[in-house]
Amino acid sequence: MYTQALDTHGKEPLPAATGESGAQAQRFQARVDAEDKIEPKDWMPDAYRQTLIRQISQHAHSEIVGMLPEGNWITRAPSLRRKAVLIAKVQDEGGHGMYLYSAAETLGISRAQMFEQLLSGTAKYSSIFNYPTLTWADLGAIGWLVDGAAIMNQIPICRCSYGPYARAMVRICKEESFHQRQGFEIMLTLAQGSGAQRAMAQDALNRWWWPSIMMFGPSDADSKHTAQSMRWKIKRFSNDELRQKFVDITVPQAQFLGLAIPDRELRWDPGTQHYLIGPIDWNEFHAVLKGNGPCNRERLEARRAADEAGRWVREAAAAHARKQSTRTPQAP
Amino acid sequence: MSARTYAPNERDPAQQEAHFRYVLRLGDTSLVLGQRLGEWVGHAPALEEDLGLANLALDLIGQARLLLTYAGELEGRGRDEDALAFLRDAPEFANLTLAEQPNGDFGHTIVRQWLLDAWQLEIYEGLRVSADTRLGAIAAKAIKETRYHHRFSSGWLIRLGDGTQESHDRVQAALDSLWRFTAELFAADDVDERMKAAAIAPALTELAPRWSARIDEDLRAATLKRPAAQPYPWHGRRGVHTEHLGHMLTEMQHLQRTYPGVRW
Amino acid sequence: MSEDWPLYEVFIRSRSGLEHKHVGSLHAADARMAIEHARDVYTRRQEGVSIWVMRSADIIASDPEEADSLFEPARDKVYRHPTFYAIPEEVKNL
Repeated sequence: MYTQALDTHGKEPLPAATGESGAQAQRFQARVDAEDKIEPKDWMPDAYRQTLIRQISQHAHSEIVGMLPEGNWITRAPSLRRKAVLIAKVQDEGGHGMYLYSAAETLGISRAQMFEQLLSGTAKYSSIFNYPTLTWADLGAIGWLVDGAAIMNQIPICRCSYGPYARAMVRICKEESFHQRQGFEIMLTLAQGSGAQRAMAQDALNRWWWPSIMMFGPSDADSKHTAQSMRWKIKRFSNDELRQKFVDITVPQAQFLGLAIPDRELRWDPGTQHYLIGPIDWNEFHAVLKGNGPCNRERLEARRAADEAGRWVREAAAAHARKQSTRTPQAP
Repeated sequence: MSARTYAPNERDPAQQEAHFRYVLRLGDTSLVLGQRLGEWVGHAPALEEDLGLANLALDLIGQARLLLTYAGELEGRGRDEDALAFLRDAPEFANLTLAEQPNGDFGHTIVRQWLLDAWQLEIYEGLRVSADTRLGAIAAKAIKETRYHHRFSSGWLIRLGDGTQESHDRVQAALDSLWRFTAELFAADDVDERMKAAAIAPALTELAPRWSARIDEDLRAATLKRPAAQPYPWHGRRGVHTEHLGHMLTEMQHLQRTYPGVRW
Repeated sequence: MSEDWPLYEVFIRSRSGLEHKHVGSLHAADARMAIEHARDVYTRRQEGVSIWVMRSADIIASDPEEADSLFEPARDKVYRHPTFYAIPEEVKNL
C-alpha cells in the first residue's frame, strides 16, 4: 500500500554494456514493449533486476514499518468495531509486506538479506512512516490520505512488466480497497462529531497533508531516473502526474468533510481543470529520507527490537524441525 | 442436560443475574485475551507470526463482541458491547485472571494462549448443546476458531519446549509462573451451578479432567513438566484481579473516558 | 545457530471443483507451520478450501532458454485441434 516513488532514490544502475549480449537485451526490450510479462527465470538485464530488487524490497519495508504507526493505536481503538478493523488493517499490511518480499525473493535475494538492509539502515522505506500518530484522528488521516496516495501510486504497478511484482500488486490493491474507505469513515465520524473531535480531525489533516503529497516523490524535473523505469514498464506515470491526480480527487473530499486543507495557495485553475497547490517543502522531504524525521529512530529501533527478541524463537523452531527430520526420515 | 428450553423472558431476578454474569465472564475473557494479543501486532518474532497472532486477536475480539452484546441484552439496562468494554472499571470485569497476565516473551504468550485455548475448547464444546440456543450458536462458531487457536498454540508449545535448551528453559519458566492461575479455570461457584442446573452451561467438574488430559498430552510432546497445583487467591471471574488489569483498561478505555458520550 | 526458515510455495484451491493454484510463497520452519502460515497469510478473506505447500527448493522448473525447443514444436500440430477438420454443416453431432 505504501510505495512512494521509491525508484527515484539511490543510484540507478546503468544498463551494463559488457557481458550481456545486445541481441538478448533487444529481445528483452521487445517483449516489454509488447506488454509481455517477464518471469523469474527469464533473461533480464542486470540493471532491471537491481532496480526491481531495490524498488520491491523498499516497498515491502514500507509495509512492515507502516504497521508501527497504526499498530500504536490497536490497544486504544475507541470501540470494539474500530479495534477489529484496525487489527485487520495492520495485519493486511504485514501480509502485503510478505507478498512483496516473496516477489523480491524470485529475483535472487533472500528475505534475511532484505531484513538486514532494513535493520542496518541501508534500505529506504516510505518517508511517511516516520511521522507520529498522536491522536485517534491520525488513523483516519492515514487511511484517507496515505492509503489514498498509495493506491494512486500502486494501481499502475499492477501492470508492471515483472510478473511476480504485478501479481502481488493486484492482490494488494484488491485487499486494500477497504483501507481508504475505513479511514474516510473515521474522518467523517469525527468531522460530524463534537467540537473536540472536529478539532482533532482538522489537526490530523494539517499534519498529514504535506507528507502525503510528498509520498509521490520528487517532482519530475528533479527525478532523473523516471525515463528508464518507464521504458522498462516498471513505472507508468510520472510523479507529478500521479500527485496531481491525488490532489484533484482529494480536495473535494476534504470539502465534503468540512475540513480545510493547510495550503493558502491552493486554488482551482479553470484553464487546466486542476487544483494547483502551493510549493512543496522539499527540504523536509529530504531531511526525513536522510533519517531526520520525527520517528525514524523509533521505527527502526522497534523493528530491531522485534527481530532481536524473536531470534530465540526462530532458532527454536529451526532446531525442532531438524530434530523432527532426523526422527522421521523423509520418504525417498 | 435436561430438555428444558431457555426462556429469556423468565423473571427470576437471581437467575437472570447469574445468566448475565455467566455470559459476561466468557465475553470478558475473550476481550481481555484479544486485547493482550493486539499488543503483539507489528512486534512478533517473524512476519508470519504477526499475521497469525492478529488472526487469533481478531477471532477473540469477534467472540467478545457477540458475547458482550448478548450479556448487555440479558442485563436489560441498555448497555451495548462498547458500554461494557469501555465504561467498566477493573472490579466489574469478570475475565479469568490468566487472560489478563502480561504478554512477557513469545513463550509466555504461547503458554497463556495454550492453557486458555484448551479451556475454551471444553467450554465451547459443552455450550454447543446449551438450552440457551443463542449462546449455543455463539459457541458453535467459536469452537471452530478455538480448534485452530489450539492447533497454533500447541504447535508452538511443542516447538519451543522441544527446540533449543534456551527455548525449553524459557517456556518451562513461563509455565511455572502461569500455572497458579489455572486453578481458577474449573472452580465452580454459584453462577456456574445455576447455569448448570438450568442446562445452560456444562458442568465444570466434568470438563476439568478432559482439559487436564489434553494438557498432559501436549506437555509430553513438548517435553515439559507439569507444575504442582497451587492454592489460588485470584478470582477474576468475581472481579478480584491482579494489578495488571487496571493498567490494561487505562490504555484500552483512554479515548472513551477522555471524551465521554461521543460516537467514534 | 541457524534461524533462517526455508521458503515454501503455496497453492490454494479456491473452491471445491477447482484445481490448486499457485498464490505465492512464505517462510516456515516445518510443514505444519507452513500450512498454518499459508492459512494465516493467504486465506484471510476466504480465498480457499484447501492448501498445498511444498519446499521451494523441491520444485524442478523448465529452462526458459529451452522454451523454443520445448514448446515451439507443438505449434504446427494444428491437426490436434477439432477446427482443423472440415465437416459439412449438415452433419450433426461431431
